[in-house]
Amino acid sequence: MNAPSVKAAFSRRAGPRPQSLREWLDQRFHYWALAPTLVVLLALTIYPLVQLLIMSVSTVSFAEGRVIWRPSGLDNFHTFLADTIFPTAIRNTVLFVIVVVTAEMLLGLILALIASQVKRLTGLLRAVLMIPILVPAIAIGTVWRLLYNFEFGVFNQFLKAFSLPPQNWNGSALLALPSIMVVDIWHWTAFIFLLMLAGIESLPIEPMEAARVDGASDWQLLRHVVLPLLQPTILVTLMFRTIFAFKVFDEVFLLTGGGPGNATEVISLYINRVFFGQSRMGYGALLSIITILLTAVFVILYNRTVRRRSSAA
Amino acid sequence: MILSRRWSRVGYVVLALAAFITLAPFVFTFINSIKFYKDITSGTLVFQPTLVNYDRLFFSRQSAFIVNTTNSLVIAVVSTVLVLVIATLGGYSLERFRWPRRFTGILAGWILLFHMIPGVTLVGPFYLLMRSLGLYDRLLGVILSHLVLNLPISLWIVQSFLADLPVELEEAAHIDGASNLGTFLRVVVPLIAPGLAAVAILTFVFSWNEFLFALNLTSTKAATIPVGIAKFAQQYEVRYGEMSAAAFFATLPAVVFLTFAQRQIVKGLTLGALK
Repeated sequence: MNAPSVKAAFSRRAGPRPQSLREWLDQRFHYWALAPTLVVLLALTIYPLVQLLIMSVSTVSFAEGRVIWRPSGLDNFHTFLADTIFPTAIRNTVLFVIVVVTAEMLLGLILALIASQVKRLTGLLRAVLMIPILVPAIAIGTVWRLLYNFEFGVFNQFLKAFSLPPQNWNGSALLALPSIMVVDIWHWTAFIFLLMLAGIESLPIEPMEAARVDGASDWQLLRHVVLPLLQPTILVTLMFRTIFAFKVFDEVFLLTGGGPGNATEVISLYINRVFFGQSRMGYGALLSIITILLTAVFVILYNRTVRRRSSAA
Repeated sequence: MILSRRWSRVGYVVLALAAFITLAPFVFTFINSIKFYKDITSGTLVFQPTLVNYDRLFFSRQSAFIVNTTNSLVIAVVSTVLVLVIATLGGYSLERFRWPRRFTGILAGWILLFHMIPGVTLVGPFYLLMRSLGLYDRLLGVILSHLVLNLPISLWIVQSFLADLPVELEEAAHIDGASNLGTFLRVVVPLIAPGLAAVAILTFVFSWNEFLFALNLTSTKAATIPVGIAKFAQQYEVRYGEMSAAAFFATLPAVVFLTFAQRQIVKGLTLGALK
């Protein structure tokens, strides 16, 4: 954001009286320039959220191509209290998020620290590592479905080479969730790597040189200079990635569809099924609102903890 | 950062390994996509390459992949153009003009919250909205959803490019008598062109990749490539060759963009995440 004084130079509301319609319009440029953004946000974010609130206390049914809304009071809430799948979905999602985000942060940070030491080839390497970030998650799911294939997937071929029994990676209740975690770690580590590398490359060089002159070892340099300087980047990345891991949908949809049983049921998948598989729009809306609140609480708590910590330090 | 020299040698090995792990699944998929069925299931390394999977994927009568591809292209291009226009104008207005602080604060908070909540929470109301507007299974319905999904990150990229742009150039244009619109079009837009390129590429790629909204706002006519792939995978469990071909084809835009515009992509992704 610029200083207000600079902005004032462009705030021509107090300008001369407009001579023509064109001038009148131009003096209000900043209004109509922002108007499309506001219209889109009002129509496509605020309106759906208001609808979500109404839906959550309604039963929505479809008859002869028409949509019928009926107020149903607290019915959806009672359904929620009796629902055993949603808690399972939350548990699976939280477990998923904790494991993949921890692994991705550690691997991404280590790779970035290493890459920052390598002078040549970084452009090419970075491009290769970035491919998964930009590829459709559905394509990634397809690729891994074939890698996990029972008959000819590379994992089972590998096991066979060591005379070990092949595994049903996506079909066993024990292995399905870890299998999806592996896909997510493969998918998103490069993203953490990218953000960490950008952070490392923008660090000031002077403190490191000073530490070097004072005879710091590599480990001391890393522990007492680089990581503290990098902390703001790490904290923002951690929150961002956590929020996004919480949304996981595409790969699970393609690899397991939530199964076997509810072993890989995650929040997004379950809400989507309530909405469209079971046509329970009202109950899906209630679950959506709960999910939005969970997200908001997490963001607020996280920011508060981070702020307290940085003010204590 | 400066560590001891020996780390750079370790670095090459580790990065080469990371690159291999990243690329291997794609190579595996590409190889499967040019194999006959019997060579896929036997897992052989010696095989007669074939294009039959691509041929079936695009030209067989049951396959809707050409329709899916056209839909994906139209949706990605149109939503990208809309996002570019709306985010550039909006970002400029927010960044360079004086708005009440409370208004911009609420707006920024709202955009951030919207960006963070899982998309699935809005897909239900979106479905009902598009149905009532007659946009269900129409390209426009998907375009609108991709427009709003990509608006937050695009606004942030535009705003941070503007924040790095010295305001004096715009002041000079004003002194020379340029209008607000003229300054915007002839001075600002050309100067933040690299930022707009980042916005365009990321919006295109994200739209091309997006699955959840495309899945629920379409059935057949407006289905995109990810929707097509997912339905194909569910319907024809064992047509591995065509699945591989489709997955490989869907990754091509990412590879093309990374070849030609890596810097813009890195900048855009970093700005969009660390804002």
